[in-house]
Amino acid sequence: MKLKWEKDGIKTPLARAKGLGASGHAVGHWMNQRVSAVANIPLTIWFVLSFVSLRGADHDAFTGWLSEPVNTVLAILFIISVFYHAVLGFQVITEDYIHKEWYKIAKLIGQKLFFFALGVAAIVSILKISFAG
Amino acid sequence: MSVEQQNKRPLSPHLLDYKPQMTSVLSILHRIAGVALGIGTLMVVCVLVAAASGEADYDMVMEFWRSPLGMLMIFGWSVALFYHACNGVRHLIWDTGYLFKLQNAKRAGIAVLIATALLTAWAWCLA
Repeated sequence: MKLKWEKDGIKTPLARAKGLGASGHAVGHWMNQRVSAVANIPLTIWFVLSFVSLRGADHDAFTGWLSEPVNTVLAILFIISVFYHAVLGFQVITEDYIHKEWYKIAKLIGQKLFFFALGVAAIVSILKISFAG
Repeated sequence: MSVEQQNKRPLSPHLLDYKPQMTSVLSILHRIAGVALGIGTLMVVCVLVAAASGEADYDMVMEFWRSPLGMLMIFGWSVALFYHACNGVRHLIWDTGYLFKLQNAKRAGIAVLIATALLTAWAWCLA
């Protein structure tokens, strides 16, 4: 088992303290993007089919449909997978185009908070409809 | 070297100097569609929160989404969704190692565009 300072190889202690060099997180990010993409395929198919079938639905029809356990679960899975995928995608875009450090960091944090908040709003709404309706 | 110093160097030719190709155009479209989709999730959440807030709120919100402007926004979002999903599959196939030959990549690109058009037609006219 390697001790913390033994893992850094050729880095000087100052470089390590400054956090220079490769982050080591890119592969995880890449893989998570692909995994959420694969999950999105069946979930999106379900979402589109449901959307089309719910055209013209009034409040009772919509909440009744969403209250069915299968639909509740799939809706929540859809929200989580899509929003996670979106956060990762937006992160890459921000890192590609924004170079002013403070703005980039602000945007990255803001995006994460935005999608997280939106995700919570969606899930809470779905659960509320499902349990109360 | 600071970022400001680095930026004073000339850029290699891109955008206006390269002839737009199937590969490059589809690639940037994939990114643009992704951004549009991300922002458009606000619409989905809007409907969900409205539905959870009661019948009055739901009807008010759906009145907008069923108006011409609302339908146009949903239509645009759906095109982005179908395109991003189909091109996303193309990306995933690339990740397995297939479709890298330029001719095949371009053919797959055409397939993606046709699939997007067909899915849009299905969703809006036939379903």
